[in-house]
Formats: sequence, structure tokens, C-alpha cells
Amino acid sequence: MPVQAMRDAIRDAIREEMLRDQNVFILGEEVAQYNGPFKCTRDLWAEFGDKRVIDTPIAELGFAGIACGAAFKGLRPIVDFMTWNFALLASDHILNSAAKTYYMSGGMVKCPIVFRGPNGSAIGAGAQHSQDFTSWYANVPGLKVVAPATPAEAKGLLKSAIRDNGPVCVLEHELLYGKEGEVPEGDDFTIPIGKAVIAREGKDVTIVAASFMVHRALEAAELLAAEGIEAEVVNLRSIRPLDETTILDSVRKTNRCVAVEEGWQFCGLAAEISALVTSKAFDHLDAPVERVSQADVPLPYARNLETMSLPQAANIVAAAKKVCYV
Amino acid sequence: MANAQVKPAQGANFSASISTERLTQTYQDMCLWRRFEERAAQMYMQGKIFGYFHTYNGQEAIMGGMRLVLRKTDDIITSYRCHAHTIASGIDSKAVMAELCGRRDGVSGGKGGSMHMFNPEGHYWGGHGIVGAQVGLGAGLAFANKYMGRDDVCVTMYGDGAANQGQVFESMNYAALWGIPVLFVIENNQYGMGTAVCRASAGAGQLYKRGEALGIPGEKVNGQDVFAVAEATARALDYMRANMKPYIIEFDTYRYYGHSKSDPGKYRTKEEVEDWQTNRDPIITLGKYLVAERGIKQSQLDAWDEAAKAEALAAAEFADASPQPDPSVHTTHVIPE
Repeated sequence: MPVQAMRDAIRDAIREEMLRDQNVFILGEEVAQYNGPFKCTRDLWAEFGDKRVIDTPIAELGFAGIACGAAFKGLRPIVDFMTWNFALLASDHILNSAAKTYYMSGGMVKCPIVFRGPNGSAIGAGAQHSQDFTSWYANVPGLKVVAPATPAEAKGLLKSAIRDNGPVCVLEHELLYGKEGEVPEGDDFTIPIGKAVIAREGKDVTIVAASFMVHRALEAAELLAAEGIEAEVVNLRSIRPLDETTILDSVRKTNRCVAVEEGWQFCGLAAEISALVTSKAFDHLDAPVERVSQADVPLPYARNLETMSLPQAANIVAAAKKVCYV
Repeated sequence: MANAQVKPAQGANFSASISTERLTQTYQDMCLWRRFEERAAQMYMQGKIFGYFHTYNGQEAIMGGMRLVLRKTDDIITSYRCHAHTIASGIDSKAVMAELCGRRDGVSGGKGGSMHMFNPEGHYWGGHGIVGAQVGLGAGLAFANKYMGRDDVCVTMYGDGAANQGQVFESMNYAALWGIPVLFVIENNQYGMGTAVCRASAGAGQLYKRGEALGIPGEKVNGQDVFAVAEATARALDYMRANMKPYIIEFDTYRYYGHSKSDPGKYRTKEEVEDWQTNRDPIITLGKYLVAERGIKQSQLDAWDEAAKAEALAAAEFADASPQPDPSVHTTHVIPE
């Protein structure tokens, strides 16, 4: 299997789907002549031209609205947000136009659209460029939300998102764009939305995570193994719909659960995982679910303060030990 | 507006070019929209319609006039003031009234309500509740037409209140930059909710000039006269299809009721409202023309109006008899297959 960086896997996914379907096009800031702000659209403009690889002005609400309108008519736009932080300006169309129109129209108007871009923290990007929006979009019925952790997942989930007949938010991660991994070949390779995967097997404690936090969880599992604790890591891949079965099966095996999220804790993803496990696997739990989240402050710039804010492997190890009463 | 590519007005010649059959149909349509809203307002007062409810009374010449010159394959999108627009797109008034009442036989099966009705087959795309959102969406509908190689345009309708939304400017910039044939139609009914246009918009009398720096032609038109509306729209359509570019028309108009049914309209004088209703009413104006220039008898106009009242009543009775949505549809249409 060939090894690719995530940004190249994303690029290949877009290219393959554009070749497969004339109605697929991509628009966003710097996606065409600049080859993408993070080079996720390298050479696509050269291959497909102005009609299907479209540089936009810096006006997110406007281009998100145009993309939703185009999707109503049956086109399949891929909206590239330079970061999800800028998508806040477009969030009205993501929620009110993309997510709700199918329902409001009694099923008459579909909005097959992909919103994608880097989500969460980079390094030293400061508070306004570092927010994790997972729980924000996952809160909305009508949206699907995926968050890949590997290049293969980035490709397979994005291809599924482009083929989906409704709106899908693809939350990528800047710190993973350069990460390499094996990616299956072939245009038919997709990963189904709504299915989690066991990233590491273990019997003592379940650690649930998505996107970049999967790697932090795997790092923690390695440290825990050195201390004789076998952690199982559930990589969610999809946030909405959530693969409850994989999470609950794991917890029923390990009887302990740590939910990890990059975002803030209040009303967050880890709270949702905790509620799920508590309500549906309560009798299997040997300890209350622990949450590991970002500190409850805007993300600071200084390296030491930033590190203090974001979940580190050590925080996950501590939480795992707590639920194992070690 | 100075643009050499735009044809000059033709006035009486233009009026004469529209057949009596089409004009009388437009008259009947406008009567229906008027009587439908009046009946719906009554239903609202009875508690059979609830939530937010925005009527089109007074503004009928805009939809009526535009439809005289639009193709059936041109797209239309608008705000929440959309009951007449939905009927005009080809949806039966019964289904519109049932939607207003939140009933099973409503256009959207009761899931949309008065602000969210659609008719994709009729090239009508709603029915949107966030002020100005339909402008970006409309530019997208027009973008899709161009992408698919068609020369159909999209008419995106918004009020003087929405004219100040940032995405209206954003959409104008995109349309001019990319050559999107979208017709920006400002229905300037003089008040954004309770705020007079002069209190909300700098350069209040010149909303049609807002695309000037972007190279988008614009004009201000009497929105109470179907001929003025149709002629300006035809001029815009010719320009847009020939050049694949956007165009702006600001129609001066007036809504007879408050912004919504919860608005008593105390920010306007009785005299002002009466002046528009008496001297500039679009249905009276068209009726006088039909009598004077097309030999239609007043008794015929009255008969059409009675027929409109009867249809509105039938719609109300139909809606009233339609059951609430079946609970089984509560969770359908969230995610498409």
C-alpha cells in the first residue's frame, strides 16, 4: 500500500470524485492558483481549471451561501474553509440553509455539500485560530460530522462525504496534514460515515477520541502499557452519527472509560460520550467516566501555557489511572 | 443609471405588447394573492395559523409583473414574505393555506410553516427566514445554471431591510466578479419591520445604486404598476442573458399590513397607508387599465375578485379540515438517503 501525507490523500479524494462526477467542484480562499492554503488542492486548478476549482474573495458567508444555493440545484460543492475558525462567519448557511432545508421542505430540497478544513489547534496560532468546533456542529440534526485521524481516513471519509446526499462537515487537523500513513489504492475506496474503529486493542480501560486526539490517546496507551495497563483506543472517525455500538462494546469489555476531546469541556463531546456510556452501559462501569478536555480558557499563545491548555498524553494517562483506581 | 447596453424604456408600446389574456390572468392571480392573505389573516386571528406571519398585500404588482416576462425555467427565491410567491410558482392555494396552518396537506407537510415553502419543479426555492440569506442562496442557484450551461437566471428577492446585510454586498461582488446572472430585486416597502428605510440605510432612496462600484447596473422602478415592473424586468433579463452578468432593480412598494401579524404598524400614519391603498394600489391600477384599454367590463373584474375570495375560502376550509401531520413523520427528512 502506498504511503501518503494526509494533505495528499485529501487532494486525491477530491480529484477522484471530480473525475467521477462533473457536478463536484471546490471553492474557497486560495484553493486554485495558490494550490490550497495547506496544499490540499495541489495541481487541481491546473487540471480542472477555473470552472471547477474556484478561488473566492475573503467573504465566507457569501461563498457558503452560493455553494448551498448551487447544492439545492443538484451540484455537489466542496467548500474549503481555510480554517473552521473562519467558518463562524458562514455558520448561518451551514446550519440554517444546509442542515435544515431538507426537513423544512418536507424532503423536497436536498443540499449535498461538503464543508471541510482544519479544525482545532495548530501550534502558536493564538486563541482566534485554534478553536475546536466538533461539539458545535455535532449538535445540529441534519448535519453529518466526521473527523479523520489518518491519511486513509481523510481520503475515505472525504470521498463518502462528497457522495453523500446531505451536508457533511469534515473536520481535518492542521497538525495532521503532514502526517504520513498507508492509503488504499483505487477509486472505490471509501470509509462509511458513522462507523468507529478500534485503533488499539486493550482490556483494562477504553479511551475514546477523534482526530488529533487519537494520536494523543495512542501515546497515552503506550505509556500505560509500560505500567501494565492495557488501554483500548476507540477512534470515532464520525462524530454524527456516532457509532454507539463500538463505544459501548468496548466499555462492556473494559468496564472503564476515558473520553478525550480537544475542545472545551462544558457541553462538549466528552460529556456526550460520558452520558452515552453512563445511560447505556451503567451496569458495566467499575468507575465514573473521566473526561479529558481543553482548559477552560481561550487558547493562550505562549508555548508553556498552550501546552497546559491542550490535552496531553500525561493528562490521559492520569485519567486512565484514576478510573482504574491505580 | 448610465449603461449603454441597457435598452431604454418603451412605455405604452411595451404595455400594448402584452396580450389581454395574460394581463387578465395576472389580474386574477393578484386578486387571489390579495384575498388569500386576507383570509389567512383571519385564520391567524382565529388562532388557526400561529408563529410568524408576513403578508404580501400591496406588493402584488412585483410578482405579477415579473412573471409576465420571466421564463418558467428561471429560478426565484425570496424571504419569509412568501405566500404569494409560492402560489405563483404553481402550488395550489389549498396546500399553501394548509402549510400556514401546520397541517398534513401543506406544501412542506407541515414541517416548514409560513416562511418555508418550496417548489423545485416550479423553480421556486423558498421561503427563507434569516434576513438576507436568500440573496447568497439565489446567487448560488444562478451560479448552478451557468455551471450547467443554461442561460436561465435567478431572481433573488429581498426587502429594504435586508439590503443592509453584509452578505448582500458579498453576493453582489461574487456575481459581478464571476459573471453570475442573478437579478437582485429589492422590494422596498419603505419599512424594515418598524424602521423607516431612511433610518436604516444611508443613501436611502438609492438602494439600486449599491452595485455601482462593482459595475452592476441598477434602476429604481414603480413597484405598484405591473407594466413598469414587467418592462424593467424584461430589460434586466435581456441584459443578463446577453452578458451573463447581474442586475439590480429597486421596486418602490408598500405593505398594507404590519411587518407581521403581531405588528400594529403604529410607526406609520393612517393618512400614509390610505394614500398608498387608494391612489397606488396595484390591483386597482391594473383593473382601471383593463377597463380603459382592453375593453374589460367592471362587472368582469368584480366576478374575478369574487372567484378569488371563493378560492381563498375553499383553501381555508381545506386547511381547516386537513389533519395535523402524522406523528410518524416527526423524524423523517432529517438526513437524505
